[in-house]
Amino acid sequence: MGNFWAIYILWLRDLKHYWYDKARIFASLGQPILFLFVLGTALSPSVAAPGGINFSEFIFPGIISMTVLFTSIFSAISIVWDREFGFLKEVLVAPVSRWSIVIGKALGGSTVAVLQGCLMLLLAPLVGVKLSPLIVVQSVFVMFLIAFAITGLGIVIAARMKEMEGFQMIVNFVIMPIFFLSGALFPMDRLPGWLLLLTRIDPLTYGVDMLRGVMLGIHSFPYILNLAVMLAFTFIMFAIAVIEFNLAE
Amino acid sequence: MDTTTEIIKVENLKRKFNGFTAVDSISFTVQKGEVFGFLGPNGAGKTTTINMLCTLLRPTSGAAFVAGCDVAKEPNRVRKEIGIIFQDPSLDDRLTAEDNLKFHGYLYNMDHRLIEARIKDVLTLVELYDRRKDYVKKFSGGMKRRLEIARGLLHQPKLLFLDEPTLGLDPQTRAHIWEYILKMRQEHGLSIFMTTHYMQEAEVCDRVAIIDHGKIVDLDTPANLKAKYNETTLEGVFLKITGKEIRPQAGESAWTQWMRRT
Repeated sequence: MGNFWAIYILWLRDLKHYWYDKARIFASLGQPILFLFVLGTALSPSVAAPGGINFSEFIFPGIISMTVLFTSIFSAISIVWDREFGFLKEVLVAPVSRWSIVIGKALGGSTVAVLQGCLMLLLAPLVGVKLSPLIVVQSVFVMFLIAFAITGLGIVIAARMKEMEGFQMIVNFVIMPIFFLSGALFPMDRLPGWLLLLTRIDPLTYGVDMLRGVMLGIHSFPYILNLAVMLAFTFIMFAIAVIEFNLAE
Repeated sequence: MDTTTEIIKVENLKRKFNGFTAVDSISFTVQKGEVFGFLGPNGAGKTTTINMLCTLLRPTSGAAFVAGCDVAKEPNRVRKEIGIIFQDPSLDDRLTAEDNLKFHGYLYNMDHRLIEARIKDVLTLVELYDRRKDYVKKFSGGMKRRLEIARGLLHQPKLLFLDEPTLGLDPQTRAHIWEYILKMRQEHGLSIFMTTHYMQEAEVCDRVAIIDHGKIVDLDTPANLKAKYNETTLEGVFLKITGKEIRPQAGESAWTQWMRRT
């Protein structure tokens, strides 16, 4: 029971931070909106999206995935701030198991990421994507899958980082490749072999594919494969994160 | 089961950081209800010892028992019994004073109805109750320290660790902080393990250990130490034992440096 309340309060803390930084909620929507409307509109005439849909529509699930990806990583990396500002010690000397700290943090980060994703979802009518209540529920589910996997990855990274200085490196060499190789911004059907291979080893590829599937009905892999890859990745990340937190001093 | 009179028992405790021995086979005990001072120059190993006792660092060798539990083998049982005021700030600036305490109460699995009442008690004790809805970001250094003390006491620990609790505070705030702590001790029989650089503050201790280069050089009541070294103040005793040479500032933060490196 103690672990349950520890998870709850860690989750609540992330939500309170989210609300405390109201300006950031909107600031972080700037980039996805640029991608969606500027890139989407500019490339629509020249890029043929599968299924005869508009390019803006095609990248809409990808842009939502991007929002979820970045919010998840930022939330998880806030552990590094907690370490720098001493708050992590308060958590680590508490009588709670290390796995509940990892789960609480991941649920908090995921919830915030899904909330950001839902704000993007509100733009659907402007892009011409039609959403039914069922599609919204399915989309939230997939967003959460992505968010939970990526916060897991973020916690694994954050457990090794002692200061924020390395964060730009992480963005350039981990997050941006994950985003670009996920097929969020382009169809996968005419890629050269080397690039296709890289996209296949990117876990986000399967999340984007599934989200595109439930929103637009276009997907390259069966849902069961998408789900299996995402869950396996999540499981591996959490196993590593819990080990790291148990070894951490 | 816990019928011993000791709240802390340390046996040949040692901690190395990459070949550097920060704490070198120390042994001592602290009795229940005792105020125990741990004094030493920068880099002597005070914070490293506290970090091992409060389960943040694993001992390289030796053993330590807090409230009858082994710090290395039963960390969660130790954690339940202790409260800690760290040397460096450890509050969440982006939460209110009340939320910081609520967070702590949930983390320590306190009864939820009890949390409200305890928050009121401890905030009243440190005279911050009327500021409970304010974000910690707006607090001064002294207010933050008082809030940390309130937080350390919230779950009614048996043993309170104070790592230089009055560092950088003005004399008024320091006096108040000691007033709260001693009041808590009187009312609840709290045991206290503290480090400080202010020797007048160490005079309130029942016993003090003087540690240097990771080893305990002497351990006794302030009165006995003063008699033994023929000094009128603890400051005199301290300087006589540890010498007048200035220690590298980086020393005490061997822990901090190590945290950063690994």
